[in-house]
Amino acid sequence: MQMRAWLLDPAPASRRQAQLGGWFRAWLAFRRNTLGMIGLGIVLLLIGVAAFAPLIVDPASALTQVLADRLQPSSWAHPFGTDELGRDILARVVFGARITLTIVVLVSLIVVPIGLAIGLPAGYFGGWIDAALMRFTDIFLAFPRLVLALAFAAALGPGIENAVIAIALTAWPPYARLARAETLTRRRSEFIQAAELQGASHLRIIATQIVPLCLPSVIIRLTLDMAGIILTAAGLGFLGLGAQPPSPEWGAMVSTGREVLLDQWWVATIPGLAIFVTSLGFNLLGDGLRDVSSGRG
Amino acid sequence: MDSPLLRVRNLSVTYPGDDGDFRAVRNVSFTVGRERLGIVGESGSGKSTTGRAIMGLARPPARVHADELLLGEIDLRQQSERQLRRLRGKRMAMVLQDPKYSLDPVMRVGDQIAETHRTHLGSSKAEARAAALEMLQAVHIRDPERVYGMYPHQVSGGMGQRIMIAAMLIAGPELLIADEPTSALDVTVQTQVLSIMDELVRERGMGLILISHNLHLVSSFCDRVLVMYAGQIVEICDAGSLADAQHPYTRGLLAALPELGRKRGELPQLQRDPAWMDDIAAPLETRSRKVGA
Amino acid sequence: MSAATSGAGHTVGGVARRIVAPLRRLGALLFSVALTFLGLTGVTFAIGRFMPIDPVIAIVGDKASQETYDRVYRELGLDQPVLVQYGTYLGKIARGDFGNSVMTARPVLEDLVRVFPATIELAFLALVIGVVLGIPFGVIAATNRGRWPDQIVRFMSLVGYSMPVFWLGLVGLLLFYAKLGWVEGPGRLDVAFDDIVAPVTGMLTIDALMAGEGDVFANALGHLVLPASILGFLSLAYIARMTRSFMLAQLEQEYILAALAKGLSPWRIIWVHALGNVWVQLVTVIALTFGSLLEGAVLTETVFAWPGLGLYMKNSLFAADLNAVLGGTLLIGAIYILLNMLSDLVYAMVDPRAREPN
Repeated sequence: MQMRAWLLDPAPASRRQAQLGGWFRAWLAFRRNTLGMIGLGIVLLLIGVAAFAPLIVDPASALTQVLADRLQPSSWAHPFGTDELGRDILARVVFGARITLTIVVLVSLIVVPIGLAIGLPAGYFGGWIDAALMRFTDIFLAFPRLVLALAFAAALGPGIENAVIAIALTAWPPYARLARAETLTRRRSEFIQAAELQGASHLRIIATQIVPLCLPSVIIRLTLDMAGIILTAAGLGFLGLGAQPPSPEWGAMVSTGREVLLDQWWVATIPGLAIFVTSLGFNLLGDGLRDVSSGRG
Repeated sequence: MDSPLLRVRNLSVTYPGDDGDFRAVRNVSFTVGRERLGIVGESGSGKSTTGRAIMGLARPPARVHADELLLGEIDLRQQSERQLRRLRGKRMAMVLQDPKYSLDPVMRVGDQIAETHRTHLGSSKAEARAAALEMLQAVHIRDPERVYGMYPHQVSGGMGQRIMIAAMLIAGPELLIADEPTSALDVTVQTQVLSIMDELVRERGMGLILISHNLHLVSSFCDRVLVMYAGQIVEICDAGSLADAQHPYTRGLLAALPELGRKRGELPQLQRDPAWMDDIAAPLETRSRKVGA
Repeated sequence: MSAATSGAGHTVGGVARRIVAPLRRLGALLFSVALTFLGLTGVTFAIGRFMPIDPVIAIVGDKASQETYDRVYRELGLDQPVLVQYGTYLGKIARGDFGNSVMTARPVLEDLVRVFPATIELAFLALVIGVVLGIPFGVIAATNRGRWPDQIVRFMSLVGYSMPVFWLGLVGLLLFYAKLGWVEGPGRLDVAFDDIVAPVTGMLTIDALMAGEGDVFANALGHLVLPASILGFLSLAYIARMTRSFMLAQLEQEYILAALAKGLSPWRIIWVHALGNVWVQLVTVIALTFGSLLEGAVLTETVFAWPGLGLYMKNSLFAADLNAVLGGTLLIGAIYILLNMLSDLVYAMVDPRAREPN
């Protein structure tokens, strides 16, 4: 309670207190958003499952083929049944969370720097630099994302790393636009001019003044994009262009389950459900964050 | 004096808020006959909210309360939304500030006039069109046929406001509330728009409530003036006897008006007294009777 | 129709403005379209060069002699500078030469023309479903903001955004085809109905109707309805959501208050005035939706064995048939660009402000 009072102090004594207090207020607003909280729960669950996968299920059962046990329906030993090679579907779904999370994190790590690297100078310098960079961005924006990712994945060859690169190459343009827009609104601010007068270099101003201000909206956008990234990755996996067997990637699991769909429905349905719930979680979280940031409770 | 067109007694509009309620309008009482009544006040004084509350269009989540709210014989408080809809446009209407925003940008202006006619008089397309053309003529638009087919972005502000007046008056309401009808317009057309509105209101024997922040305009145009401050009426008097105004706020406003032909130094700045925010004990209406007609 | 404002006469300058301004805008639009298309070909060209598969070996096989290899290498122009190769590539595309497909041994363009109608048929019905349901849903959500219809529409949109379309297709097949038998299975037509109707448009439902073959039409529609509904649900989610937010913005406008003051019915205010303004913005959204439906078709067609562009590209991918993949990418990309241009033009037609600038 004391902590709470300190955080909500209308007259914070330090910059850190003010900052933490701001975050805490945002959290209080976010907590009222039921759907957003559900989303947060799903995302935390995904992270937890991925982190503690070996503790939740036996790692061996995700990959070991037990042909005698193939295509078993749900039972105590295999709550989600087994697939066409007798592997435990629950174990594979749990380990699949690691792959999904890896893809999402890797894509974010590529996409955000590219987006910032193109959007920030465009907004900051303006003029022909802006025109050239944005024209370049528009070209990529004009592409249908999955199709371009397909073409890239086809050219680079199948595999999870190439899927990540392919998705990242198609996912960065909105970030460039966002970073540019955020920079434009801040470019003429007095604190930027003050920094300029003090002789700070452009690079320094961008890195220390503008980037931190862009990050919140970039993060919200990223959360909303996560679902799209997960779906594209799963789609590539489903088409056989993502993670390769025997890796328990959810999209690829749906694809193999397709062969036995009519008789053993669970083989395809369960991993698909995992994809759906995970991307729904990110969407709910992102939506909630956006509501809070735009001030509609 | 014949029976009033509008009778308002103790009208209050309250907005619930996180830190207590905000009372935008507080116990406002007045009547409107077949006359031109001006409501003056600065922004936030509650004058627009009063107008909207009469129309039953207070911005949600407003709570409107009144001891009496009579339009002729009709108790507006008792009307359902559906019944109110039949009154709006037909018995009472409202002209808004800026025709640039109050006209639908993707509909021909003529159709926007005609639709009021069709809604209230159940007329056919052709009848409504004829009536709209006639109405355009009535607001002194020279080439009604041509203007009928124009879109709002193609007409000037003054013409837009005349079109708005036409759309509001075509179904023959007896009360018109004009909320800052000229403040978005070019100075050169303000008088023209006002005089057209005045002409129509007189011809049709209507009542007009002119809401404005401009005391000078209101006092020269209206029969009676009602001054609002912080949601309350602080003064009701005849336009001609404004000089005898009693409330210090009104006097302050008057003193701040520059006058032609009189040389004076710096205009005095209006000094506000926090006490004006307090609730006024006695309703002002009685006093207005004394001063008024 | 005359566009002069009050007071402004029909001066020479006015006339020039009315004719020249739209032409200039059209010119700027065409220029940007051309530039984007150039970029598109640049990207497909670059992808072609990235390809780890050696295009020469793909033709001559890995047992060919060095001599043959070198000859084909030169024939393909691979010894030329990159820019020259790109120029050659552009020239070929301009002539409609996308190369031959390894898989079908036919020109890629011919293949594309053959498979594309199936995709159009699917995407178009999906779009109709998305528009016809999505717009009313969005309007209802906006006018009931914060109440249960709004919550339902918002949640439904999020579900649509989160749905792996290939999985939904499988579940749909399992449920509506295998278990309930309400719809036909994968493919476009039962074998029994093959070759009854001669292809005219390539869209089976339309061809069947034109030929007066009711049975064929019913069967084709039975095959079409499930994949189209599933794709339609995705576009519905997007359209409903965008309609909702556009509508919320319009309902705040002053002209809504004016319409209320005129005593208009809520029905007229919402569906005529507010939606009339939303339409202007929705044009772009609908064009974008159609583009994303083509994209979704790749996965949906795979699930439903629907012989359209998506399935063609997917099969080409696995046959390492690069010409076919890049041809398909180029086609979809070009449609994307054209849709964007079209939406700009339609926008100008729907919005009087853009039609006759003042």
